[in-house]
Amino acid sequence: MNFNPNDNFMYILAVTIIVFIIAQSLFFLIRAYRRGKELGMDIKKLRKTISSSAIFTVAPAVSILLGVLTLSKFLGLPLPWIRLSVIGAITYELPAATSTASALNVSLSETIKDPKAFSAIAWVMTLGIIVSIILVPILLRRIQKGLTTIKSKDSKWGDLFITAMFLGMISAFMGMVFSNIRIGLAGWIPVFVLMFSALLMGICGILLKVFKINWIQDYALPISMLGAMTFAVCITPLIA
Amino acid sequence: MNRKTYDDMTHLYGKIWIWIAVVIILLVPVAICVYYNAWPPLQSVVKGLLGVAPIFWTVGAIEVITFCPMLGTAGSYLGFVTGNLTNLKVPCALNAMEINSVKSGTEEGEVVSTIAIATSSIVTTIIISIGVLLIGQLTPILNSPELKPAFDNILPALFGGLGVVYISKNWKVSIVPLLFMVVLFLSVPSLASSVGILVPVGAAISIGVARILYKKGLL
Repeated sequence: MNFNPNDNFMYILAVTIIVFIIAQSLFFLIRAYRRGKELGMDIKKLRKTISSSAIFTVAPAVSILLGVLTLSKFLGLPLPWIRLSVIGAITYELPAATSTASALNVSLSETIKDPKAFSAIAWVMTLGIIVSIILVPILLRRIQKGLTTIKSKDSKWGDLFITAMFLGMISAFMGMVFSNIRIGLAGWIPVFVLMFSALLMGICGILLKVFKINWIQDYALPISMLGAMTFAVCITPLIA
Repeated sequence: MNRKTYDDMTHLYGKIWIWIAVVIILLVPVAICVYYNAWPPLQSVVKGLLGVAPIFWTVGAIEVITFCPMLGTAGSYLGFVTGNLTNLKVPCALNAMEINSVKSGTEEGEVVSTIAIATSSIVTTIIISIGVLLIGQLTPILNSPELKPAFDNILPALFGGLGVVYISKNWKVSIVPLLFMVVLFLSVPSLASSVGILVPVGAAISIGVARILYKKGLL
């Protein structure tokens, strides 16, 4: 059989995975929505959470799609489609494919033709990423029990503990934005983009609190993010 | 009692879905090997894995410990299956909880976080699927040099807006980990590729600072 990473069999595998992901997501979405109703939460707010989350997701999802396109030049479309729809992120999948390809002396510059190299890459991509999904059902209860213990001893400290974890993550990613500033003005572009995004969020905050434009609260993050990405498109040709 | 039952059922359903996901994910390479009659030499898989597994498995374990408290029960079972946590699911859940004024770890926080992550997973899956169907038309647009800076800067664009909200509310706790990370990345720029490992470092510093300030009555 001539090997083609884009043949129908691979698309059938991909569609199976996609159906599973949608089914799991819908199951938890409907369940959480019903639970919110039971708890007497504002239904309008729950619906707005759905719409604001959907809008917020568009730009990062297009970025993930770019990852699919990047990998598709080498691996065909269906395998990257599968990998970036379950667990995967381009930051994992590209090094996994590259590592295996270099171990097998396979070129990354053209579509893969060797089925054994293709299956080896599929295995490495899968096994390389499987740890977190296996650890969640094993560790989640224990992690939650630990947090409950902290909260039961001192609820204010329990809340502060979780907020501090958020801040740790945000600090790491904000710090990373400064990693290239020593290369010159072009290295400052991510910093300018970060500051512009923060500025837009600040403006949204003023529009909400001073001018009472309440709808903006639900869309402030997508507005800041998309505005800052547009800003990046405008300033990069001027600086780089 | 009711809350316990709901939470217990979430764990039960979550475990069922996640173990099915594990089987399905593992079946993909098995199916490829069987269908194409192309079982790879074990050595080539091990060699490939050696290049990535030490770092991926470490980051994977760290992500579970760091993100599960933020995502909640259903959010964790779902978010870790659909992936793209740092660049999408975690910020989406945090933002949704922030605009709904609910806290992680509460019943309301669990509902909001789950809705945000499930919606985000569905929208992501649909967008990627549409992109795959329209690849011919979309490739030239998405790969255009004009748009490249937008996607190159998606993380600063995301964390600028998200960061200002959290930092302005908790500036006393934020300032030390933020300064530490800026100095660290300035000193060792190559660490940018392994930012996942530094998330728990940032969290440990934040928690330490928060504890000191809390004990001194400054928070």
